[in-house]
Amino acid sequence: VNDIAWIDAALTSARPRAVSALLRYFRDLDSAEEAFQNACLKALDAWPRNGPPRDPAAWLIMVGRNVGIDAARRQAKSKPLPDDDQLSDLDDAETAVAERLDDSHYRDDILRLLFICCHPELPATQQIALALRVVSGLTVPQIARAFLTSESAMEQRITRAKARIAKADVPFETPGAPERSERLGAVAGMVYLVFNEGYSATGGELPLRAPLCEEAIRLARLLLRLFPSEPEIMGLLALMLLQHARAAARFDADGSIILLDDQDRAKWDQEMIAEGLALIDKAMRHRRPGAYLVQAAIAALHARAARPEDTDWPQIDLLYATLERLTPSPVVTLNRAVAVSKARGPEAALAMIEPLAKDLSGYFYFFGVKGAMLQKLGRAAEARVAFDRAIALANNAAEAAHIRLQLDRLQQENPPAAKKV
Amino acid sequence: LVDEVPMLYAVLCYNSEDSVFSWSKQEEEAVMGRLIAAQEKMAKAGRLGPVARLMPTTAATTLRKDSEPAVVIDGPFAETKEQLLGFYVVDCENLEEALDFAKELGKANPGGAFEIRPLLQFRPGSLKS
Repeated sequence: VNDIAWIDAALTSARPRAVSALLRYFRDLDSAEEAFQNACLKALDAWPRNGPPRDPAAWLIMVGRNVGIDAARRQAKSKPLPDDDQLSDLDDAETAVAERLDDSHYRDDILRLLFICCHPELPATQQIALALRVVSGLTVPQIARAFLTSESAMEQRITRAKARIAKADVPFETPGAPERSERLGAVAGMVYLVFNEGYSATGGELPLRAPLCEEAIRLARLLLRLFPSEPEIMGLLALMLLQHARAAARFDADGSIILLDDQDRAKWDQEMIAEGLALIDKAMRHRRPGAYLVQAAIAALHARAARPEDTDWPQIDLLYATLERLTPSPVVTLNRAVAVSKARGPEAALAMIEPLAKDLSGYFYFFGVKGAMLQKLGRAAEARVAFDRAIALANNAAEAAHIRLQLDRLQQENPPAAKKV
Repeated sequence: LVDEVPMLYAVLCYNSEDSVFSWSKQEEEAVMGRLIAAQEKMAKAGRLGPVARLMPTTAATTLRKDSEPAVVIDGPFAETKEQLLGFYVVDCENLEEALDFAKELGKANPGGAFEIRPLLQFRPGSLKS
């Protein structure tokens, strides 16, 4: 009954390993994808009859390779001068298979496939689109929906990204330890971009964009299975699980954002939280916290608080201080200031963010936080100026609406002097 | 005489965690609903023991104790194509009945495999769930 659904799931989960091994074999992304597609067609025909193979990925790699070689042979007949690489593959096919399909390479294969997608020449949006298409195997219409764009625009974006990569130098030799860790860092960054693309969705867009969060979590699980002792990959996966656990509580029925303090915590996904906490626990044993792990630890303190007032703000303040050391940035300091305002009061927080004014003069959140601190200190006129500036810088209607709410509250608490008289 | 000895079986659930942990919320709820229905007969008869679902192997840690000091390794004990994702303990007359129980579960959640393994000892433990 569930044959097709089962085959579909097996093809999806085998995809990263199969496409990346075929890429190593054919050394060309389009050929690898085409060979995989053809292997999938054969699987849809053969698997319902013969039952599932023991190792679906290996089956798809073997079949994809044979189909690809046939295609190359046909092409070779019509082309007078095939390139050397392809010729040697054909001449020496048997030994090449044994060598190139060697299972021990698969970690580096998948890492390479992901790494290609985060080529520095590609803008972030193209990196994400390419990874979703090539690694995750989402269809162009699926990706277009998640990016809220047309299918033809997305098709173009992916084609352009592939063209750039075809020109770039793809490293096929087995990476050494430093290259491997560099690639892993770049890939982790790209996976988090995929996640944020979904996480930054507004309420109304959420059903369309949440799959991006799920896909990023799937990719991080894949990475962690390949590199099980990397605390930063544990941290990345934990961070995304803990953030995504709040998905059902983050927007109200009208699609407006609900801030952490006001969320219905009963709607948080406890299974995701438990898994996130378990991963942080594991990662902490390595005693070399990186930026993802520290951010995950901050998210964990929020997740652990049954009520907003139970939040361990002094500990969050300390974790942000660590994050400032690891990745100094005015935005991190701004986030720290929010924790500081809870732990030590608005005055300390305001003192912390005032030096950031120059760097963050065009940043919505800066003026939102500044306004809130001033409001708490009873400096209503200054708070109003900050909130007005925030509204002018809002990235979308939901952000502006949220600040207007603050302004209304300010208005009620501190009626303007003119009206009083 | 043999018939009167209760025989406990563990049903160890193996499947590709890649596919299982890619289920959508709806799929997940549908499968879990079907699984609970499949256990109902045994549960009502008071013959269903502990049931556990495990986190993915990425959450696992392995302690190798064949050396001194023992070594802690991130990840599952064995890397396999299909992973141990959960288990049931059930009281059955014989292997045939245990297989029938597993087949019912299998209909509710196709794919992967169940290992049916008789228990040598069983202590319910002191955990209050």
